[in-house]
Amino acid sequence: MSDAVLPQVATTIATPVAKTNRFAAMLSHAHYVISGNPVTGFAFALLILIVIAALFGPWLVPHDPLASNTAVALKPPSLQHWFGTDQLGRDVFSRVIVATRLDLFISVASVALVFLMGGIAGIASGFFLGWTDRIVGRISDTIMAFPLFVLAMGIVAALGNTVQNIILATAIVNFPLYVRVARAEANVRREAGFVQAARLSGNGEFRILFGHILPNIMPIMIVQMSLTMGYAILNAAGLSFIGLGVRPPTPEWGIMVAEGAAFMVSGEWWIALFPGAALMLAVFCFNLLGDGLRDIVDPSRRT
Amino acid sequence: MLGMITRRLMFAIPSLIGVVIVTFLLTRALPGDPAAYFAGPAATKEAVEQIRKKLGLDKSLPEQFSRYVADLSRGDLGSSLTTGQPVATEIKNRLPASAELTLLGLLISMSIALPLGILAATRPNSWIDHLCRLTTTAGVSLPVFFTGLLLVYVFYYLLGWSPAPLGRLDVFTSAPPHVTGFYLIDSLIAGQFETFRSAFSQLLLPAATLAIFSLAPIARMTRASMLAVLASEFVRTAVASGLSRFTVIVTYAFRNAMLPVITTLSMVFSFLLGANVLVEKVFAWPGIGSYAVEALIASDFAPVQGFVLTMAVMYVVLNLIIDILYGVIDPRVRLEG
Repeated sequence: MSDAVLPQVATTIATPVAKTNRFAAMLSHAHYVISGNPVTGFAFALLILIVIAALFGPWLVPHDPLASNTAVALKPPSLQHWFGTDQLGRDVFSRVIVATRLDLFISVASVALVFLMGGIAGIASGFFLGWTDRIVGRISDTIMAFPLFVLAMGIVAALGNTVQNIILATAIVNFPLYVRVARAEANVRREAGFVQAARLSGNGEFRILFGHILPNIMPIMIVQMSLTMGYAILNAAGLSFIGLGVRPPTPEWGIMVAEGAAFMVSGEWWIALFPGAALMLAVFCFNLLGDGLRDIVDPSRRT
Repeated sequence: MLGMITRRLMFAIPSLIGVVIVTFLLTRALPGDPAAYFAGPAATKEAVEQIRKKLGLDKSLPEQFSRYVADLSRGDLGSSLTTGQPVATEIKNRLPASAELTLLGLLISMSIALPLGILAATRPNSWIDHLCRLTTTAGVSLPVFFTGLLLVYVFYYLLGWSPAPLGRLDVFTSAPPHVTGFYLIDSLIAGQFETFRSAFSQLLLPAATLAIFSLAPIARMTRASMLAVLASEFVRTAVASGLSRFTVIVTYAFRNAMLPVITTLSMVFSFLLGANVLVEKVFAWPGIGSYAVEALIASDFAPVQGFVLTMAVMYVVLNLIIDILYGVIDPRVRLEG
């Protein structure tokens, strides 16, 4: 697929034409990619929905997500309350939509953080080798010696039960993955022609690292970020499911499933089902997107 | 072979040292005063001082670390604040429950994922291949606690096939005499078939939840590695020599395809041990995961620390076993060692 894509990219870059023309080219390129891979297109549409819910959720929902009304507690889905109401009479639909922002924020923040930590540590260790490589490798190995979710629990328990620490813990457990990918990619390019050319032109090592190596491995890092987004969402929701991080009554998918869990055995399925389904859709979306992006960036790894 | 095992053991030691250092540092990272934290919010100033002395927090960091290691070597993981019980005893008593659940989950998952992966690879683009792809994609997207709740709703509430998700046995059955700690095995040893039935029906749903969760990576890897092996020259030679399809697939291809699958098992165990915590919470399973969760909510740190350490040590040992298994299956690894 990439062979067919590349010339098109080249023409969009090479021709300094009017803005509308370039926009049209971008659209046709996007159309080309999506029509070749409808599943990725579907995932992309889902992503747009999720982003809209995250950005505008609080203004779109029909009810106040925090307002309780015991008169309508535990009502099944109806026209009034699309996803039913919970034990305090809060509208589940509104809560699920409003929760999108917090869940997405936690996962985006943790993925951005681990990209900064793991990505930079990884390219530095693949590029400089030597003691940098040994130290970074030792840190990754130590993290990998733990079952990841268990380590995340321990970190949050130790640092304190806050949303910031959930983000940090999720970032730390993903660290070795980013290091591995970034290190391998940087190591391959270490003695590449363009790196030697940059060095001969008098660029410093750090300038080469950030100006030449990093931009070159960005596509692969972006695929990696998309693939780990799903895991980050699951990890954060799992932590809040066992009562860490987010506190009630804040709407968040993991904690909503936890609140609905007790009602599952008595038949009130809607309290836990809808936030759980939202969680699943979001993770599904990022996994598909990651797979699709990987197929575009690196078709050889297709499974 | 023995040389290889020793070499692998040497590899595991740095991991264990790292694990001990991290669990030690986790306690030190507690915000504010660890002594006040361990003493609880209602403690007086004198009580806090006393605990500081008792925990050795008035000493320097290296001294504290050597004390921590000395305690560990005696099998002392500290005591729980809320129950006053030693953490090590509690974990020892609860470990069989978690182990039984995790192992049965893995067993179910392997017995479905391996045939599924093999069939999908031998019949590309058939319905079983699509089924395999669907399960692997859906499996990784499903939050494990959500799957568990769905199973409870369907099999307990709607169909009534399964008992209430409340622990290892129903209220009318008492635990079998302790031999291994695994109720399934202990009840058979004691010849109590009613207990076995009760334990098994309680165990089935949580184990199935774990199985659904770990199915995806195993099936995906089996399929991918079978596809690669089936395209190789020695399989073509075997087919050309007129060997039966079964011999080619099972004897020639499967044994070679197992290697990447066994490597994946390491990752699967990492997920499984974490997912175990969530499943135990959903099914009120009296294992070490729910012990840690209860302690977390009560801000009782010693059990959490002991739990993280136990899990990490188990994970290191499991990885060691996987490495050794790799050597058993692949003679080339043995020769290297």
